[in-house]
Order: sequence, then structure tokens, then C-alpha cells
Amino acid sequence: MPDVTLTINGQAVTAAPGTLIIEAARRHGIEIPAFCYYEGYSLQAACRMCLVEIEKNPKLQPGCTMPVAEGMVVLTESPKVVETRKAMLEFLLSNHPLDCPVCDKGGECELQDMSFRYGAGESRFTELKVHGEEQQWSPVVYYDPARCILCYRCVRVCDEGLGVTALGTQNRGVISEIIPNAGDHLVCDECGMCIDICPVGALTSGTYRYKSRPWEMNHVGTICAHCSDGCKTTLAVRDGEILRGNNRDRSGINGEFLCIKGRYAFDFVRHPERLQSPLLRVNGELQPVSWSEALSAAAAKFNEVKARGGRFGVIGATRTTNEENYFLQKFARQGLGTANIDHRRSGDVVTLLDALSGRANALATVEDLYTAKAALVIGSDLAQQHPLFAFQLRANWRHHQLTAYVVTPGPVREDLYAARAIRSEAGKELEAAASLRDDLAKSQDLVILFGDAIKGDAVRRLVEFGDSLGIPVKYLCLVDYANSRGAMDMGLLPDLGPGYQPTQTRGLNWREMLADPALDVLWVVGEDPLEETALASANAFVVVQDLFLTETAKRADVVFPSASAYEKTGTVTNSAGQVQRLKQAAKVMGVKPDLDIMGLLAKEMGLNLGIWIPDKVFEEIRRTVRGYNVALPVIATGGAAQTGAADGRIPVTVPPELIRSAGDTLFTSGTLGRYSGMLRSVMEAPGTLYKP
Amino acid sequence: MLFNEPHPLEVKVLTRRFEYPNAEPIGIDRFLATRGYEGFRKALGMTPEQIIDEVKKSNLRGRGGAGFPTGMKWSFVPRQSPKPKYIVVNADESEPGTCKDRIILENDPHRLIEGVLIAARAINASRGWIYIRGEYRYLIAVVDKAIEEAYQHGFLGENIQGSGWTFHLSTHSGAGAYECGEESALLNSLEGLRGNPRLKPPFPATSGAFQCPTVLNNVETYSAVPDIILNGGEWYSNLGTPKNGGTRLFCLSGHVNRPGVYELPMGFNLLRLINEVGGGVRGGRKLKAVIPGGSSCPVLKAEECDLPMDHESLAKIGSMLGSGGVVVMDETTDMVKAMFRIMKFYAHESCGWCIPCREGTAWLKKLLGRLDEGLGVSTDIDLANELARNMLGKTFCALGDAAAMPTISFVEKFRGEFEAKLKSAQAQAPVPGAQPLAVL
Amino acid sequence: MTFSPELEARFARMLRNYPPGRQKGALIPMLLYAQDETGAVTPELVQEVANRLSVKPVEVEEVIGFYSMLRRKPMGKYHVQVCTNISCLLTGGEELFEHACRKLGIGNREVTPDGQFSLEEVECMGACSWAPAVEVNYDFHHKMTPEKFDQLIDSLAKRQ
Repeated sequence: MPDVTLTINGQAVTAAPGTLIIEAARRHGIEIPAFCYYEGYSLQAACRMCLVEIEKNPKLQPGCTMPVAEGMVVLTESPKVVETRKAMLEFLLSNHPLDCPVCDKGGECELQDMSFRYGAGESRFTELKVHGEEQQWSPVVYYDPARCILCYRCVRVCDEGLGVTALGTQNRGVISEIIPNAGDHLVCDECGMCIDICPVGALTSGTYRYKSRPWEMNHVGTICAHCSDGCKTTLAVRDGEILRGNNRDRSGINGEFLCIKGRYAFDFVRHPERLQSPLLRVNGELQPVSWSEALSAAAAKFNEVKARGGRFGVIGATRTTNEENYFLQKFARQGLGTANIDHRRSGDVVTLLDALSGRANALATVEDLYTAKAALVIGSDLAQQHPLFAFQLRANWRHHQLTAYVVTPGPVREDLYAARAIRSEAGKELEAAASLRDDLAKSQDLVILFGDAIKGDAVRRLVEFGDSLGIPVKYLCLVDYANSRGAMDMGLLPDLGPGYQPTQTRGLNWREMLADPALDVLWVVGEDPLEETALASANAFVVVQDLFLTETAKRADVVFPSASAYEKTGTVTNSAGQVQRLKQAAKVMGVKPDLDIMGLLAKEMGLNLGIWIPDKVFEEIRRTVRGYNVALPVIATGGAAQTGAADGRIPVTVPPELIRSAGDTLFTSGTLGRYSGMLRSVMEAPGTLYKP
Repeated sequence: MLFNEPHPLEVKVLTRRFEYPNAEPIGIDRFLATRGYEGFRKALGMTPEQIIDEVKKSNLRGRGGAGFPTGMKWSFVPRQSPKPKYIVVNADESEPGTCKDRIILENDPHRLIEGVLIAARAINASRGWIYIRGEYRYLIAVVDKAIEEAYQHGFLGENIQGSGWTFHLSTHSGAGAYECGEESALLNSLEGLRGNPRLKPPFPATSGAFQCPTVLNNVETYSAVPDIILNGGEWYSNLGTPKNGGTRLFCLSGHVNRPGVYELPMGFNLLRLINEVGGGVRGGRKLKAVIPGGSSCPVLKAEECDLPMDHESLAKIGSMLGSGGVVVMDETTDMVKAMFRIMKFYAHESCGWCIPCREGTAWLKKLLGRLDEGLGVSTDIDLANELARNMLGKTFCALGDAAAMPTISFVEKFRGEFEAKLKSAQAQAPVPGAQPLAVL
Repeated sequence: MTFSPELEARFARMLRNYPPGRQKGALIPMLLYAQDETGAVTPELVQEVANRLSVKPVEVEEVIGFYSMLRRKPMGKYHVQVCTNISCLLTGGEELFEHACRKLGIGNREVTPDGQFSLEEVECMGACSWAPAVEVNYDFHHKMTPEKFDQLIDSLAKRQ
């Protein structure tokens, strides 16, 4: 259907048929105020703020539900409209407590902004106000019914957006209020979306309330440090301390979405057990020492072992940046002359890329999850492990009627809307998927998401299955942490360099390193392999870079306190291969980014590995790593740049036993999760949804 | 059983089977013996178009309050839709001043069932619900029994009267919410939800009960249909005025000698209704005001009451025919108290969905209560009017208008009484000339 | 929770009255009928109805406060509801309500200490032409006067 043309405030506007007036206006720079309207959620027309004048219509009409029509003449700022808005605000403020001086929302409150804008500065209300007592619903969610304007955004985002339906409405009329699903508390994802979406201060965050005013903080948009979905989180920072996280501006690949970890689980940054000084083992005990002392001790040992042709083992991490991982493998391969470099893998990206070699457009992006006609989820509880992907698929179902199929060992939230959900025991997933063949083949296209249940040869068989459907199929290999994908892309692999280029010699994988009784040096950057496996070499000199005194750090001879993702710049790559830029938010005394530590170590050793400034290293990555020649402006402006797939065969065999997901829940996050008091408090709260 | 002595001026169509003093609801035997289900049998031999045409010809307009032409409403149901089609009866009668559906349900429940069957046939519906307000529990038993009889006699269920057509009907109890009289709120309630109104469009005709095409009418509306089919639309139309076909049940209440529910032709003169049918104002007192169609309708001053009771005549003087609830107020009536009581009702019943109705009714209730107690200040009267005007036409559903319209009319037409309350308060004020403080 | 055989039979019938998968339709009548037996919508009843209709308890909670006849605390054996809305107001409903308060010794939405009577000022109950009206539980009493009210209460008290 052709676009329709209408006039808004005298300005000619074109819009697709069916577009709501409020959206058509916004796209042409005309803002129609609204409380209840929130793009992407069901329409309410409850707040009446968006009432506009439409020529030939005797009554004002809500711009949030009225679609555009050819020749329509709309006035959004006529005296009648402005007076009405003022009247609606007067009504709204009549029972509002006006406790703005102490309200968390003060300064960024939509009700304040609108009162300011429409001059509803005087109240004629002299009656007793309706008042309800504030309630704590969970460690992170508080509700103040007196402030609530009943826009139902929270109810909708929880029900429609997440499928959790933890919020409802109780009573009627002026004493209506929002209620949690478990009587006096919430049993939910604790994602806090209800708080972000609240236009006023009715829903407040347990971790932020009464801590600061919004204008006292710097708001730093960066990428969540936890899972591999790559959500943007805007951290609000005062004096180097992160006070809250949110994504109210709907920027990033996650739009309005953010889960509990992205929103609240930044508190590990200031955990009291955070390492803030280098440690050196002196007389069998780890002692705080200066940076120069620690660096020279490590460098001397590295040089000594290198000189005598000793055996190094280097283990990188899934939460360090691409720049750090790239620099680490360069350090190992060029600086130390070892091929023994690896990290703990959680998904078999390597086999997938090999199986897909030579074809374009076979890797799914986060955007694809929202636009695909059909999706097949294999072996992953997305709502727990990949909440953004779960959200995207659900949004796709809500907005575009996605047909979803699920093959998982247990019930998952996608069952609620899936066309078919199959329970399958481990190892039988492909057979279960094959039983969906006829249904899948009917779709125009398909995205397949799979976790660590599909690895090695199973990945190849999955791709063969996808090929046999005769429709375009894209794949998304799910991995665990913020830069799990980047660690592989950057070549933290014993047999593959950056961009999956095969190396001349195959080094030891991390299990082999730990099992090697003759290992001389074990260098672990941001990882804790000893939490699950013992180190066989009793005499190995162990150097660890970490935030905390992990099991591995306890065994170390030198420990460098490193900066977390929230304290540095650099780039990370999410499960879908999208690169995004970290921006430094917090400052922690005594720590350094891993890249700095490696750079200083290289310098101390007398190596020339190039400049260790993140931007410069990324320049090198763009030049040398296949698929990473991405557009810089996209990244620089906070966007997500899609990396290209390695095309061409990757002639290595991936031992399936090396692929294992940590199986985090929504409330755990490896080491970082253990040091998040907030995540722990949520798990200890009554009736919590996800027990570890 | 409930009914009042009939009046000779009545034109008995819907109430033709009622007997005074009657003892029992009219059972199926007596119903069948008095041409019961004959309209439906006739409709079985008609096409849906013919049924709808006949109803259109009758000029029957919805008896719930809005007065929408019934035949037209039925014609909006998409015949080709693959979804099942439903019939819903609004028996959530709760507009203050209105008690007409109750006597139909109580006296002649089969009439309603017959009307429903004809409507169901006209849209090829497969199921229907009679949504009865929770307070009318005893009527649910009456209607349930009639439904059971209709099933036993092959008027409901499978292969109705050998036609091959299946239609099921059951009662559904409300639980105390005026808002559920609004058709879309009723549908939400029928689905087990809070009785908030729905966005329109889509209208029930395309997406009603359980998101299927639905015809939803008031008890009295359906109950008029059997005789329309039986005697022809034109016959029914001619009983009333050109644009307002047929008869209407007027519920006369308040300060009259013979309150009661009377079936009179549309367009019957309001003063005659009060004076001749109702036996005049109680105690020989003077008439002060009349609410012509339930508490939502703007009040009429005594001198405005010489007019025909039809939609257009009432619209012309700024009021509405509404639900047929005629509330008569004599010269002793405290109009401020009456208005406060009406607003108390709307504040209690506002569903809370939209801001102007939720906050406006609560505010007005407090303000009018203060005025009534003599604790008003001089600006309160204009403020009440202005708040009502700020609600009018701006709320999500008609409840906001229903609260605003009487307020505006009471304040504007009886301003003197509001001012008198102020004066009496000022006379009692401890400091001469001081304005009493608002009571918090 | 189990209810009387009659109510169980009614519930079984009710569940068939809604389209397949839409049994939630029975929620509000089910709560009201169940409340007649349990006296109030207790947390146990919320859970029971949620289970029977396969809905979340919060969906049940949502409607309780919306519908004024549903209540969380039990009322008296005889729940006396006096209408004071416009038609009743004009015919002495307000005075009747005040009289009822004195007669029963309780205020609005209160229960007598023996649990026999409770009183509520209610909105229009559809008895306008026979005002003022009182509804005791589900029984209507029309054209009430203080004298008729006293007789009614006394006869109910005797009935126990």
C-alpha cells in the first residue's frame, strides 16, 4: 500500500498506512507527549496525554492509537490540545505525592518534564490525597503506589516483553495499584525492566534508591561484562564509582532490554576482596609488592625459561578485550615463542565456521533474531543463559509472528509460544530436530541457535540438516561470556591464530597444559582453570592477572590486579560476532587493564610487540584479522559492527571435550557472579525464580 | 414477584405476558401458548439478511443507553469470518435509576432467549452468554431454569427445531462493577479479566467475546426482537416516532406517587409520564428536576420536562434518553447532596484505567462532599464545573462523560443551591468573612 | 479445596461454557460462587481457582479488588446491603442506612461481634422503582422503612 500524506501542525508528513499519529509525528520531529504509550508494546490510550485535535473530529483523539489517514489534518499544539494536557497533568498530580525532592526519579522524571513543559505548576487540589505505603518486592525492586500514575508500562514489559507476567493491577479506580505475583514479593527474572520503563519514581531500584541525583553522575554507555549477548548498558558513575546501570535510551543492540546482570551486577567492581596491589610469593606466601617488583619478577622468569627453551602455557580469558586477547596470543607466539595458548571454550564456533566455509550470510545477528520467520533453539534455556536472545525472539513473535521451535532437555520459556517444543535428552537433539523437518522446510527462512549440546561432528550434521531444508538458514553458536567469541576470533587457540588461520605447529590445549608435569611457566590472564583442574607441574611458575584471588591466583607466584571490563576501553565480540566498544566507567585504585600489564611485561622483558594502546591494537586487528575490517565510525559511535565470517576451510579437529558451557543461570555469572553481592542476595531472596 | 400495577396508557409489547399481581416467571408452556418462539420459528425460515432487514425496518435502537440502531449493529458482523460468532446479552443493569431489565428477566425470561436466538440466527452464532450482574443472583436461577426448558424443548443445543443449527446459551455472573455495563469492559469480564474497557476499534462486531465476532445488546433490546419478527418491523416502528421505533420500558422512580416500570411508546411526553402514568409528584409538591435516563444524563429543570421521550428531543435540549431511568425530584430535593451522591457513585465505579476519569471522579467526589457539608469555598463551584469539563470527551470510555455531564448540568442549572450552601457555611464561620478551610 | 456437590456440579458445567482454552472466562463467577461457601476469597481459594482454571494466581488477585462483591475478609451470615444511590436517596435510603447502623450497632463494612450481621452501603442495585431497597445476601427487600427494616432484622436474628 502506498504511503499516506497528512498534515501535522501545518507540516506535510508521509507515513505508511497504519502508522500511529504519535509515531508519524515523532519521525518528523514533532513530539506528542505520552505516559502510557511505549513503542513496541500493546496500546493503552490510558493517560490521555497524547490527545490531539484532528480536523472534522469533534472530540480530541489519542495520537497513540489513531492511525494516520490520507488528508488528515492534525494539530498537536493547538490551544485546545495544550489546555487538555495541562488538565490531564492537573488530574495526575492531584494524588501524586510531589515528593520530588527526595524521589530517585527527580531530574529525569517524565511527569516532572511534562509538568514543566505544560506549565501545570499550580494545583487547585485541596483535598486529602490517596496514599499507599511503599513496598519492597525483591532485593532490587521497590514500589511506591502513591507515585504510580498507572500507565501499565511495567505490567506490559513484564508480560509482553519478557513473558514473565510478574505484575498485575489490584483494586479499581483511584486506589488501583500494581501488585507483584507472589503476594508481597516478586518471583521473576529481577531484570528491573519495570523500573527502567517507569516514567515516574513509582518503581525504584534497590541498589540505587536514595543514592544520588541523576545530574551528579556521568552516564557511560558500555557493554555488559557478563554474558555473550552483548547488551549495551549505561552506567551512571559518580567519583569513579558505578551507582547504577540501565538502558533507558534504548540504544545498543538490546533496545529497551537489559537483564539483572547488565542492570545491577556491576557491584563486583567495588567488592572488598578486589585485588588492588600486585602480589609476589615470598617465602611461600603471597605478599603485596610494588608494580615494578612484580613485573620484574615475572619478566625475569619469562626470559629465563624462554632462554633455556622451557615450556610455557598461556591461558587467556573470555572476558578480556579483543585487544588484550590479540596482544596475549602475539605475546605468547612471538614474544615467548610458544604455541601453547588456549582458553576455555563454551561453544564450537570453529567447526561451525568450517562447516559454513565459503558462504555468506549464514551467521545470524541479533537483528536476525527479531526478523527471521522461524527459529529453532537447540539445547539452551535462552531465558536463563541468553536473555537478550530470548527477548529478541519473543519480540519477533509478538511483532512478526515468528514461528519458534524448541529442542531442549527441560521446559523453557519459549515453550509458551513455540509452535512445537520437544524435550530431548543429551545427544539426541539432532534426531529431535530432524523430526521438525517438514515444519521447518515450510518457513521462508530459519535461524538456528545452538548451545554446547551441539559440537564437533554434530555441528557439521546440523549444517547438513539446515542445507537439506532448502530454505535460507542462519546459525548462531551460543557461547558463555562477554568476549567468548572474541577470544576464539583473536586466536587464543592452540592450533589457530587470529582469524582462524592455522598455525604451523599445534600447541597444547589448556587441559594438556595443566596436565603437563614438565610445564615451566603457566600464565593465566583473567581465567580460573584451577577451580576445576589441578596443575600437574609442581614446579611451574604461575603468573596470574585477575580481579580476585581465585583458585588459580592462590597458586600463583606473581599476581597482577587487573581492571574489569567496566574500568577500561577496548572491544568485545558477542555470540553473534558483533564487535562493540567498551568505555571506561569506573575507576579502581591500584589496578591496571590487562593490556597495560602485558605491555609493561613485554617492555620489562625487552620485547617489541608494538604499542599497547587499545585503539592502536584494534587498528592492527582490523588490518590483520580476517573479518575484523569493520567500519570504525560504527564502533566509535557506540554501534555494533558485524564481523565477517572466516571463509575457507579451517583444517583442525575440535576435541568435543574442550567445549563446555559453564551453564550459568540468570543469577550467576562465573567468577564475577560470585563477587556480586546483589546477585547473591537475589538468589537468597524468598521464592527466587532461578536457584543455582 | 416484582412488578407494579399496569397503567392504561401503556402499550404492552415486551410486557404483554406480564400479569399483575403475578406469582411465577412465565414458564415455557405458557410462553408457547402465547405465541412464544413463533418469532424465532419464523426467523428460521428467513435468511440472515431478511432478519437484519426486518430489525432495521423496526427502527429498534439499543436500549442500554447509547441508542445505536440494532439492525445496523448486527449487519457489521463479518459473515465470512472463519471464527465462531457469539451473542452476548448485557444484563449488567446498573445505571442508577434503571430497573427494567430486571423485570424482563424475572417475568418473561423466554422472551429474552427467543430474542437471542433470532439474533444468533441472523449472524449464525454458535454460542451466547447472558452476563447478569452479581447482585441479581436470584435472576440467574430464573434464567438458568428457562434456558434448561429451552434446551428440553429443542430451542437450544444441537439441531435446533430440526434446522441442523447448533446454538448454546448460558448465564454468566458479574461480581459488582458498573463499568462492566460498558460493552467492551463486559467482554473483558466475560473473559475473566478486570472490567476495563477495550480500545475500539476493533468493535465487538469484528472482535468481541474471546476475540470473535460478537453481537452484544441489552436485555430489553433483544426482548423487543421476537415481536418485531412476528409482526414485522414496520408494525413495531409505527408504535414509536419515526426515528425511534417501538416501545420502551421507562423506570419511574423518586418523588412520584406511582413509581414503577411502564412500557410506553417511544416519544411519550415526559410530563405526562410523571403526572398521568406516575400519578404526579408525591405529596402534591412541585416538580424541581428530572433525570431523564439514568444518572449519567444531564438533569432537566421542571420547565424543560414538557418534551417527547425520544433520542433526538432529549439531545436537542442537551440531555439523553439513556437507559430509561426517569428519576423525579421534587422541590424539597437538595441538589448539592444529590449531585454529591451521584459523584460518589462514579468515583466508586471508575475502573481507574484512564487518568481524567480516575482522578477526576475522585477529586469531584471530595470537592462536592465538602460543598454538601457546607465546607466549600467560593471557587469550588466553578472548579467543579471546570473539572467536569476537563473530563468531558477526554476519557477512555463513556464513564467519564457519565460523571461529567450531570455535574455540569447540576452546577449550571442549580448554581443557586450550590451558592446557598456556601453562604450557610460562611454564616457559620467563626471569623466574620473568613473562608472555611478545606477539610483534609 | 472441595466445595459442596452442587457447586462442584455447577463448576463442571461452567467450564464447558467457554471456548476451548478460554476457561479463564469462568474466573469471576467462580470466585463469587465459591465465596458464597467460603465467606471470603482467601489465599487458599485464590490458589484453588488458579489451579482449576490454569491461570497464574496474580491473574486471580487482579480481579478480586476490581469487583466490589468479591472480598478478602468474610462478612456476616446476613450481609445487609442498603442502597443510598439517587432513587433510594430521594426516598429515604440515607436515613435508612443510618437507621441500619444504629439497629445493628455497626458501621459500613463492619460485622457484628457474633458474626451474624454485616452492613454495607451499596450502589444502585436495580430496585429504583421500588426504593429504598435493601438486599440481604441475595434477597431483595423493597420499599423499606425503618420499621420494616427492624422487622426484617429481627426475623433474621430469630432464624439464626
